[in-house]
Amino acid sequence: MLAWTIYLSFIGAAAVALTPTGRPLFARVTALLTSLAVLGIAIAAVVEGGGQPITIVRAPWISRLGIEYYLAADGISLTLVLLTGIAAVAGILFSWNIERRVRDFFALYLVLIGAVYGVFLSFDLLLLFVFYEIAIIPKYFLIAIWGSKRCEYAAMKLVLYSFAGSALVLAGTVAAYCVSGQHTLSLDALANFPFPAHFQMWAFPMVFVGFAVLAGMWPFHTWAPTGHAAAPTAASMLLAGVVMKLGAYGCLRVAMMLFPRGLDPWGFRVLGLGSWQQVFAVVAVIGIVYGATVALVQKDLKFVVGYSSVSHMGFVLLGLMTLNRIGLSGAVYQMFSHGIIAGLLFAVVGRMVYERTHTRDLGELSRIPLGRLIPFAAVTFVLAWMASIGLPGFSGFIAELQVLIGSWRAFPWLSWIAGLGILIGIAFSWRALQATFFGEGVTASDTEHPMPPITVPERLGAYLLLATTIVLGLYPRLLMSLILPALNSPLFEQLHRGAWK
Amino acid sequence: MSQFPYVSGLTLLPFAGGVSVLLLGRAGRSAARLTAAVFATAAVAYTAMLWFRFVPALAAMQFQELHAWEPSIGLQYHVGADGLSLVMLAVSSLVVLMSIAASWKNTNQGPAYFALLLFLETGLFGTYTALNFLHWFLYWELSLIPAFFLIRIWGGAGRARAATRFFVYTMVGSITLLLAFLALFLASGSFDFMELTEMAQIGQLTAAISQNLHWHQWDSGHISMWLFCAAFLGFAIKTPVVPFHGWLGSAYAEAAPETTMVLTGSLSKMGVYGFFRILLPIFPEQMWRAKTILLWLAIASIVLPAFTAWVQTDLRRMFAYSSINHLGYCILGIVTVAGSSGASASLVDEKAAALTGVMLQLFSHGITAAALFWFLALLERRSGGLLGLNDFGGLRRAMPVFSGLMGITLFASLGLPGLIGFPGEFLIFKGVFPLAWWAASLAVLGLLITAVFLLLILQRVFSGALGKRWQSMPDLTLAERCMLAPAIVVMFAVGLYPQLIAGILQNTVMQFVGQVRY
Repeated sequence: MLAWTIYLSFIGAAAVALTPTGRPLFARVTALLTSLAVLGIAIAAVVEGGGQPITIVRAPWISRLGIEYYLAADGISLTLVLLTGIAAVAGILFSWNIERRVRDFFALYLVLIGAVYGVFLSFDLLLLFVFYEIAIIPKYFLIAIWGSKRCEYAAMKLVLYSFAGSALVLAGTVAAYCVSGQHTLSLDALANFPFPAHFQMWAFPMVFVGFAVLAGMWPFHTWAPTGHAAAPTAASMLLAGVVMKLGAYGCLRVAMMLFPRGLDPWGFRVLGLGSWQQVFAVVAVIGIVYGATVALVQKDLKFVVGYSSVSHMGFVLLGLMTLNRIGLSGAVYQMFSHGIIAGLLFAVVGRMVYERTHTRDLGELSRIPLGRLIPFAAVTFVLAWMASIGLPGFSGFIAELQVLIGSWRAFPWLSWIAGLGILIGIAFSWRALQATFFGEGVTASDTEHPMPPITVPERLGAYLLLATTIVLGLYPRLLMSLILPALNSPLFEQLHRGAWK
Repeated sequence: MSQFPYVSGLTLLPFAGGVSVLLLGRAGRSAARLTAAVFATAAVAYTAMLWFRFVPALAAMQFQELHAWEPSIGLQYHVGADGLSLVMLAVSSLVVLMSIAASWKNTNQGPAYFALLLFLETGLFGTYTALNFLHWFLYWELSLIPAFFLIRIWGGAGRARAATRFFVYTMVGSITLLLAFLALFLASGSFDFMELTEMAQIGQLTAAISQNLHWHQWDSGHISMWLFCAAFLGFAIKTPVVPFHGWLGSAYAEAAPETTMVLTGSLSKMGVYGFFRILLPIFPEQMWRAKTILLWLAIASIVLPAFTAWVQTDLRRMFAYSSINHLGYCILGIVTVAGSSGASASLVDEKAAALTGVMLQLFSHGITAAALFWFLALLERRSGGLLGLNDFGGLRRAMPVFSGLMGITLFASLGLPGLIGFPGEFLIFKGVFPLAWWAASLAVLGLLITAVFLLLILQRVFSGALGKRWQSMPDLTLAERCMLAPAIVVMFAVGLYPQLIAGILQNTVMQFVGQVRY
């Protein structure tokens, strides 16, 4: 059943492409219905699934090489499938007003969604890689055709970064295939294969960095803010909300699950760091603080949100590098939570504000009394802001809390620095909120800025995302009951070596 | 464990009120304020009901509710109330009702204002009753948000700066507090205040820290001290303790006086409450070791703001700084008790006296400070925004009732016997003198200066020649008199019969005294 998330998205894409020209409503409705159906499947699977790995489809594909068409899901996959489902519906609601080449837009959008589902559900390394590559193509077109402000540059930058990362991943995949000699690329078989320690020591960082590029890891993050800023609203929502998670998911699912020994101490120290674990943890914390600091001085509202994504994804990477259960579950929780919150922020910034004011410049925005003109957007942005800075009651708090507990155990000093990053995060979010909705020195009268009222699809999308982050902030059980069994499953045995029991 | 979820009901009541205000607010401002007043009154009645159901003879937490929430991160739904909680609930519900009464005629403050005020009340109630750190932190942080927007949207000219400052200061403290508790959780596996207290009291917490936190080979004493400092910062900023008070002057002065009533009347008490609920039981050894520094900070919080208040020319700022001074006595009482070792009977008496005094002071300062800012709100509306010390003069001729009632409140604030401020301050000094005579002697200076500047206000504002501008200043209307009267009655009642409040505190106080082992 879960496999239909992929198929249905692709079928939906074809159906959208076949809708008659000149009838944009057909394309929109088809896309919305498709994404709703897929979300329904995802919710059904989450309700049913317990978090343990379950096989969905397993059939020989290239049998000479032992490569299979192997789809499976554990709690981590399910979490991210659910995220994709919600983000996809919200993205379509927030791009309801697209008028140019509507069919093409929604078709590409659904292809991207389908490929993302594919990545999260693949348990064969080659299959995963194929879906991963498929996802890159629609991303390029979505940004290059419907984007704003240097969109071709941004699209190209994104694609080049993605391909560079993929190259590293592919090299690691081939190496794993050859070294194991098991005639298979299925993840569960490789996860239990004891690769030689010295091999893991270089394969791990290679694959990890390859995926982490897409997760926006400092210093390979620069595609993210430009890409997010140039993309149309729905695409930024997906880029920040879901595509960055592909990278983080790959880091966990492939790099860490297959090559856990690569995280062991080297036996010597460089600049005080003695293992890849410590190196990437430091890099993650640099990302948290750096992303927040750069966001603090941006003038373009979308860049503020773009850099905030870099900062928040730093928490995912930090959580992964703690290598303890609470840190890892925090990382997965943060993947979900950030997906929702970033989607919400981009929706307000890109759709509600930019398409009404046609400016993203904080200075200009501060001269428009937006708080009075579109109070709904103001309230939504305030709530998104509260969620984004990790106030309790929202999903971000549960996530960051776990990451911080995990990092307290693994690297106490880094927790303090991450705490500093949270503070800077509060500062930049507040600066953006203040300039956008509480502009001082307002001289223009309200009549000078005729604002189209907030539309129904916008409201629905905002309600969906807000409800998700609040429900998961108050009732973490919903996701924790998926994540924890997955982390306890035999797949991660090599990573924790029984230390979590 | 009680059958009926009394505490949850209380916490949800203002929240439901806030939502109703938003829904009914479309019908206009008067519907909104009426709804708000109804819910605030209901909250007062509910608190009174809890007050009478509370059994003072039991030392344990009452009205406890305990439910699993998210066990993997130590999150539980655990609430309950002891005497201290009840006093805080009482003062919060009263202050919010007073604030709504004060806003009755202020047409700037529409439905959104009242809704935020009620959400803030939910945050306050939650903070004073939650017994699991995460659950408590939820309310601690979420009460900040309405307060922030109340300042930001309805404040005076400098509101943007003031609100930002208030927010940033508080968040710094919150983050360090959070990090400290995450480390404690890692060591002990619990976020529950009562479990942590239990562990700290029998010395298990130190053992757990040395076992589970390996921080650069530091010993557990060292780590505990750091954690204490991080937690202390959170409460010191909230209270505030000098030198962490930088946010206070602008926040209290820029917020509308009706908002400041709640900020000073109840929100600032969250810091002192944290000293009681968290620092004293969970970090007794660290408080004892840091006693000299803490005492000096307490003295600084008493004396320096009194001088600062003296030289202000804005009435709001004078009362703002006098707020730090009044809460400074609370801090003085707590740290003196925490820093005195020994368990002889006379010592226990002194400690109990000091802590009872602190709790009375929390109540009395809440009522008097809120009342003072209420008077300022009334004065501001009549004077067209002027609130300078030297703007007025001779007001007692133009508005005798106003001057008389505000005079009573000023005397209550400086601790005149027979009024509400006296029992608390008296008991604090009675307890602190034998335990740390030098600290008490220095703190007396604060009392003196407070008297000086409060009398200065009486003299400059109410006496002297009546300025021409104020000749026709209207006195309090009948409605205003009726609304103010209960507050004045409370000031006399508690002043003359402190047992009204102290009555339910006895066992709670003994519980806290017992937690000071060092």
